[in-house]
Amino acid sequence: MKIARVSGNVVSTISHPFFDARRLLVCDVLDDAGGGTGQYLIAVDTVEAGPGDTVLLIDEGNSSRQIFGIDSGPIRTTVVGIVDDWG
Amino acid sequence: MQLGRVRGTVVATEKSPGLDGVRFLVVQPLDKQQQPVGMSIVAADAVNMAGPGELVYFVSAREAAEALEEPFVPVDEAIVGIVDAVTLEGRS
Repeated sequence: MKIARVSGNVVSTISHPFFDARRLLVCDVLDDAGGGTGQYLIAVDTVEAGPGDTVLLIDEGNSSRQIFGIDSGPIRTTVVGIVDDWG
Repeated sequence: MQLGRVRGTVVATEKSPGLDGVRFLVVQPLDKQQQPVGMSIVAADAVNMAGPGELVYFVSAREAAEALEEPFVPVDEAIVGIVDAVTLEGRS
């Protein structure tokens, strides 16, 4: 898993059916000091996270599909938690 | 998933079985400010509506094939949505 900071969201009307009614967040991946790494990922939200939140990301398909309870689907990056504190 | 800009199309008649009818597009990966990063890639179009000039998001690796009708095919990236807007903190 990765720690990231939500910096925005993506709006998309035409998408693969899996993404219908799903929230997409722009997540900046953080290093172990809490700084930016320059890497970002677009992730599907499951915890009502929003811009400014520090979050836990899964960037792996099988784990993500397990969260959504599906056997197949083009999902890999999922926000699975809001971080209260870390260090 | 990452943002990308569709740059062009790829036509291939001879393809691996299972890829018949799949559209391939040349996509330039972008950073979150929509500036180009790295080399262009060839992505399958899983929404069947993306075209040159459009801002899209794509999924990489195993999950790319999951986006297609035949989920066991050799593709590295697949376009899974067309972006209407990207809103970043403090600006859009």
